Amino acid sequence: MSTAETTTGSAAETAQTATRTARQPRRTPGLVPVAETLSTAERRTPEPAPPGLPPPVRRPGAFWRLLGSELGLTFRRPRNLAMLAVVGAVPILVGVALRMVGGGDDDGMGGMIASVAGNSLMLTFVSFSFLTLLLMPVAVAVVGGDSIAGEAGAGTLRYLLAAPAGRTRLLAVKFLNVVVYGYAVTAVVALSALVTGLLLFPAGDVTLLSGTTVPLTDGLLRIALSVGYIGAGMAALGAVAVALSTFTEVPVGAIAGTVVAVVVCQVLRAIPDLAPLEPYLLPARFTSFDSVLRDPIDTGTLLDGLSVFGAYTVLSLSVAWARFTGKDITS
Amino acid sequence: MTTVTQEAGAPFRAAPPSDAAIVTSGLTKRFRGGQVAVDALDLAVPRGSVYGFLGPNGSGKTTTIRMLLGLVSPTEGEHALLGLPLDQALPRVGALVEGPAFYPYLSGEANLRRFDAADPTASAATARERIGEALERVGLTAAAGKRFRNYSLGMRQRLAIAAALLGPRELLILDEPTNGLDPQGTREVRALVKEIAAGGTTVFVSSHLLAEVEQMCTHAAIMRTGKLVAQGTIASLSGGRAARIRVETPGPADAARVLTTLGLADVRADAYVSAELGGHAPEEINAVLVREGVAVRGLAVVRPSLEDVFVGLTGEGFDVDG
Repeated sequence: MSTAETTTGSAAETAQTATRTARQPRRTPGLVPVAETLSTAERRTPEPAPPGLPPPVRRPGAFWRLLGSELGLTFRRPRNLAMLAVVGAVPILVGVALRMVGGGDDDGMGGMIASVAGNSLMLTFVSFSFLTLLLMPVAVAVVGGDSIAGEAGAGTLRYLLAAPAGRTRLLAVKFLNVVVYGYAVTAVVALSALVTGLLLFPAGDVTLLSGTTVPLTDGLLRIALSVGYIGAGMAALGAVAVALSTFTEVPVGAIAGTVVAVVVCQVLRAIPDLAPLEPYLLPARFTSFDSVLRDPIDTGTLLDGLSVFGAYTVLSLSVAWARFTGKDITS
Repeated sequence: MTTVTQEAGAPFRAAPPSDAAIVTSGLTKRFRGGQVAVDALDLAVPRGSVYGFLGPNGSGKTTTIRMLLGLVSPTEGEHALLGLPLDQALPRVGALVEGPAFYPYLSGEANLRRFDAADPTASAATARERIGEALERVGLTAAAGKRFRNYSLGMRQRLAIAAALLGPRELLILDEPTNGLDPQGTREVRALVKEIAAGGTTVFVSSHLLAEVEQMCTHAAIMRTGKLVAQGTIASLSGGRAARIRVETPGPADAARVLTTLGLADVRADAYVSAELGGHAPEEINAVLVREGVAVRGLAVVRPSLEDVFVGLTGEGFDVDG
């Protein structure tokens, strides 16, 4: 390895020897034959430093290097890029469709279409309300569900752990990676919708759901806020997917499990009798982003949502950690 | 059986632990469902040795290697690599476990970069250089930019060995390194192992091929159904069984009689007549045979190979699933 490391190693050794010799006189005062000094030292340190190379030193920034490698894999993988492209295409389709419908007659059109037709920024919120139902969660579930199970299935997990990546460290990297991907998905939707909206619809002041009107910059700020909120929700879902991913060597299993969980939650939400359950369902909180469209912003609902996301994240990561650190890697 | 184990094991027990690259004591793995894959394994791999880890398929070799690398936690017992805690030892250990496994959509070089990034002690600054060297060493420089998906079986195996050589290693753990290689590739791997060992690196190589271990290794251990049945230097393992004289003759009964009267032990007459040579000189035995009128077509002294040792220890052929 580098000369720098060798020097550090020998420096450390010298330091050790120095401490040892410094301590020596206190234990055996007076003149002591060299041989006896050595044997005393030997007895005091039952495990002498093994011969060979200096002990390896952890490099600062090694965690970020592994995270960078992980992000590189995720964002270069065609499948993940295709999913980004799909979610990015939806706002364009919605925008074009609304433009064509809105261009005709206004009869029977909902308030949402009217509001989009009235202001370009509203397309972002409309797109989010469609996409957070299923498509964005699916994209996040794929990356999260693949995280550990994909490596296990391909056999690369055993080599990563023998490198040694470290189980907790690898899990942290995998989770942060899915968080970044979740935010990327959210940002792609927002950007695509913004650009489409600005091209197809008039810009200007934004009329909120509460009926008040705010300036364009304020509207952009509210979009940024909703991206932050939805991204946190996607991160929580990613944590669930990562947790499921530690239980199987078949990535499709973890992905499907997460998607099924999302769908089941959406079905449960639709059943009126189960309304008391709704606050605890993760996907039910995704759509609360529309609180940013109230005047003033409904921070209570947002904070409630964020605490649900936090709870799901902490719980899922605890399960994932407990499972993954104790697991026998036999793939 | 037990004699060999004790004889072979004795020199290692006396050695201090810091001299061993791998030490296990009572290492046991019982899988859920009660199947015992590895049973109270006591290995001692001396530093600088090329250590063959032999056993039929299913004898617990791979489970042992997985335990050594911390992939599988032992049910009982302890193990240490290089006398260090596992997380400190692993950066100094190159490993090939149960065949190559890489990202098919990445190039060979990008794959190595990925595994290098996973090692917290590896320097990003020297990564390029070290990866280049590792590829060079296994002869993959020309294919470095090619996707792993398009690699042949032999290239995949070599890339896995390159991954094990990414840093300065004190110990290489190679699980069946010649699996899937053609004779040429097998020879290259053997040469590489010898070269690496010559540089002072301890090599622990598992195999179900006796000939391979006999050619490459200085030491060996033999596993059977999760248990260690013998361990020691190749010489001590083979020396545990006596050399035999083998006579090819049309009159086996006469030959057997002569050998018996000469006082040779364990006289057997099958296709050949054979007996333990003991302290006798083969040329004298030949002279006696001829004098007694036994037609000798061929006469040979057979030193036991590792295979004979194995059959002697386990009472069965080698490629039988344990």
